[in-house]
Amino acid sequence: MTLALFLQHLANALALGSLYALIAIGYTMVYGILRLINFAHGDLFMLGAYLAFYGVALFVMPWWATFAIAILVTALLGVGLERVAYRPLRDSPKISVMISAIGASFLIENVAIVLFGGRPKGVTVPDVFNVKLSSHGVSVMSVSVVIPVFTFAILAVLLWIVGKTRTGMAMRAVSTDLDAARLQAIDVNRIISFTFGSGSLLASFGGILWSYKYPQLNPLMGVMPGLKCFIAAVIGGIGNIQGAVLGGFLLGGIELLTIAFLPTLTGYRDAFAFVLLIVVLLVKPAGLLGSRQAEKV
Amino acid sequence: MRKISLLLSLAAIFAATGCKSSKPTTVKIGIFEPMTGANAAGGAMEVEGIKLANQLYPTVKVGDKEYKIELVLADNKSDKVEAANAAQRLVDQDKVNVVLGSWGSSLSMAAGPIVKDKKIPAIAMSATNPLVTKGNDYYFRVCFIDPFQGTVMANYAAKDLKAKKAVIIREVSNDYSVGLAKFFADSFKKLTGDENAILGELNYNTNDQDFTAQLTTLKSMKPDVIFAPGNYTESALIIKQAQELGITAPFLGGDTWEAPEFIDVGKKATEGAVFSTFFATEVPITDTSKTFLDAYRKQYSKEPAAVTALGFDGYLVARAAIEKAGSLEGAKIRDALAGVQAFPGAAGLITFDQNRDATKSAVIKTVKGGKFTYLTTVQP
Repeated sequence: MTLALFLQHLANALALGSLYALIAIGYTMVYGILRLINFAHGDLFMLGAYLAFYGVALFVMPWWATFAIAILVTALLGVGLERVAYRPLRDSPKISVMISAIGASFLIENVAIVLFGGRPKGVTVPDVFNVKLSSHGVSVMSVSVVIPVFTFAILAVLLWIVGKTRTGMAMRAVSTDLDAARLQAIDVNRIISFTFGSGSLLASFGGILWSYKYPQLNPLMGVMPGLKCFIAAVIGGIGNIQGAVLGGFLLGGIELLTIAFLPTLTGYRDAFAFVLLIVVLLVKPAGLLGSRQAEKV
Repeated sequence: MRKISLLLSLAAIFAATGCKSSKPTTVKIGIFEPMTGANAAGGAMEVEGIKLANQLYPTVKVGDKEYKIELVLADNKSDKVEAANAAQRLVDQDKVNVVLGSWGSSLSMAAGPIVKDKKIPAIAMSATNPLVTKGNDYYFRVCFIDPFQGTVMANYAAKDLKAKKAVIIREVSNDYSVGLAKFFADSFKKLTGDENAILGELNYNTNDQDFTAQLTTLKSMKPDVIFAPGNYTESALIIKQAQELGITAPFLGGDTWEAPEFIDVGKKATEGAVFSTFFATEVPITDTSKTFLDAYRKQYSKEPAAVTALGFDGYLVARAAIEKAGSLEGAKIRDALAGVQAFPGAAGLITFDQNRDATKSAVIKTVKGGKFTYLTTVQP
């Protein structure tokens, strides 16, 4: 294997990994606050991509305008979803909330099939994301450079919000102990809505960028990326934002490098993600960057 | 994925067990097609053809009694497990007399044992893998099979493109793709007289979206031509990503590429891609072709795909067989089907051979100016 070839593989892995990382952050935020796996995250991802698509196709808006509108609308949908599907069950057993999340996921998928149709749609990628950059035998599309930049920018903003602002302090309080936070006069509902909103915003952000990288939409497009990014979040330590980013890069890297170096195992590509998950759960159950939490009795 | 399949199949069971009284004056034709999932566009195109045929010929004479033909649509969701459920539902709950479908050889094969078991004849319209009808007396098809299609494309690569070395990239979880890849490889080696003419076979999975790892490896192999049989969405993404990585070798594929989504997803990258298919609107073959083309253009104001013509043919053959059998019994309809000779379909004359496969000529098309364009016809 030549150096150029290796660098090309590395560039491919970074591009995919940063996309996973971006989506995993949303999973981890919601889990961190509510201890809830938001199964509908992948579906919000899909909705974001469709909203941006229709913004360009039907309303002939420039891509950046539909981008902004789509992520805001998805954020509102996420907040609404929490209101309708999760909040009424907050004091119910965990399993009820989980079933509600699965139900919400089905509902969104099937409504999407009715609304958008089962046939896939091709996306017109904005020119900025569609520039071929090549040097020394390595070529990537500009979208693959933009995504990691976005991922790290978002990571920085989130770390700032969580670590330095009052809202962030309240988020940390809610995540530590919801009832105690309520006793400290923290508006728990507002914090949870905020978290859901930003988590959904990130899902839609990821969905739109995904549709620019792989320009094809279908109502079930969020299922597999949703599952993989959930795995990425768990690998990194679910609830930990840096962990999600690390997990995303690890997952993307391992996936692509295995195909590159062990081409006969390509058919097991998705299995690698699950094997990696099992190994991490066996060796370090809290995830790579997660800290073990004492069970509250 | 599994949780979805499980719940959906539960939902399907509840839906199907709801009250359904079968009227004795109708004949039921079950349509078994992907309406959602990765193959949805293929399924939709075939269903268009079946529905159009049903509009033109809504009844069938059995003995001296006129029956209305009722279409029962089951979505197999582009998934092998769901496909078995859908087929089971059609034969058990809906009690259909004939099954039409499915787009996709793997999906059709999932229904194989079920229709054989219940003795309900099934007609695949565009499933080209030999295994669909092999050893299954109840499965027929109105299209050619992959050993022929693979040879046609290998011929095109070796003779028209003068290619010496090829790389294959195939959808490893799809029987159609794996089979076609093998037949292409065998023919290409024979034609070039070079045992090592295939530089490599790379794999991917249905629903994959990132092919950069495989394509980076492919690029380093420096092939003259790339054979990539597979579903249209994945194939379009492969061709697009190949271009982005600077791969310039031409792409060849099979009949599955002929869906508008192929061009819609791949955009300019698909320009120049060449594939074999069943029928071209530019060269109508029979009187039925003209009837079909006129009706289709009038109804949809666009050009039909080859698989739409095959859907139309599947319905007509089923209808003719029921009429000839003079009975609604599965075994009798099967025997009538087996005796079909030179039946004039929209996509050519249909004669079933001893393996219940139709012998037909292949058409080669390319993408030119964002449209599928007829190149040539190849006789078997």
